[in-house]
Amino acid sequence: MDIFFYIAAAIAIISTIMAISGRNAIHSLLFLILSLLAISVVFYLLDAPFIAALEVIIYAGAIMVLFIFVTMMLNIGLEQKQEKQWLNPRMWIIPSILAAILLADLILALRNMPTAVAGTQLIQPKQVGISLFHTYLLAVEIAAILLMAGVIGAYHLGSQKKKVLHRFLEKK
Amino acid sequence: MLTVPVETQILFAGILFFLGLIGLLVRRNLVFMLMSIEIMFNSAGLVFIIAARHWDQPDGQVMFIFILAVTAVEVAIGLALILQVYHHFKTLDVDKINKLKD
Repeated sequence: MDIFFYIAAAIAIISTIMAISGRNAIHSLLFLILSLLAISVVFYLLDAPFIAALEVIIYAGAIMVLFIFVTMMLNIGLEQKQEKQWLNPRMWIIPSILAAILLADLILALRNMPTAVAGTQLIQPKQVGISLFHTYLLAVEIAAILLMAGVIGAYHLGSQKKKVLHRFLEKK
Repeated sequence: MLTVPVETQILFAGILFFLGLIGLLVRRNLVFMLMSIEIMFNSAGLVFIIAARHWDQPDGQVMFIFILAVTAVEVAIGLALILQVYHHFKTLDVDKINKLKD
């Protein structure tokens, strides 16, 4: 069972690295979707199948599709000058080695910590729903208000200015 | 049954969070910066799920659902702003978008 967790975690990390270091936006977005799917596998292994489904449906399904739409609308493929300079291997190889040593140190330190013991019982989606609509009912309402504000804000920002076809029709 | 120590799981979430932070600091393209913010949101949610499993409480999963809602709003507004910036400046390089008024 553990080996699945490690494999999924490794895939998530590798694809996230590929996503943030890619030059092409569409390739990066596909790597990011792969990373989200790997994290969803991790959620499943962590006894949260409902959250795993939500991750696939909302993150990988809805949010990433929005990203891909906008990226294709804007036709981004050009790389920036500063990025080219920063992604040059000579610039980051030594800091990366140092950071890797620091990471190995951190891992060894965490390995030597005593592991806390907890009972392992599956949390049912029913429990989550009861908690969501009883204990956190006010937070659900606030989230609804936030979503409403998001809809209005996105509509307002996304609306284009009307083009004036003739100079006599132009408003002063 | 998963017997991976909880420290390793937290470490995984931490690595993802720092990858997102590195992406946010290094990339100069607005779309990539928004993607990095997504990665960070997601790793924060992962920590909530790990904690929910560790303490056997549903509250962590409830918090993940709230993070999901906040992320959806943030992405919608962010992408609308990116579209406006692109229409205005014809570029997404944040080094070139450094003036409030052209």
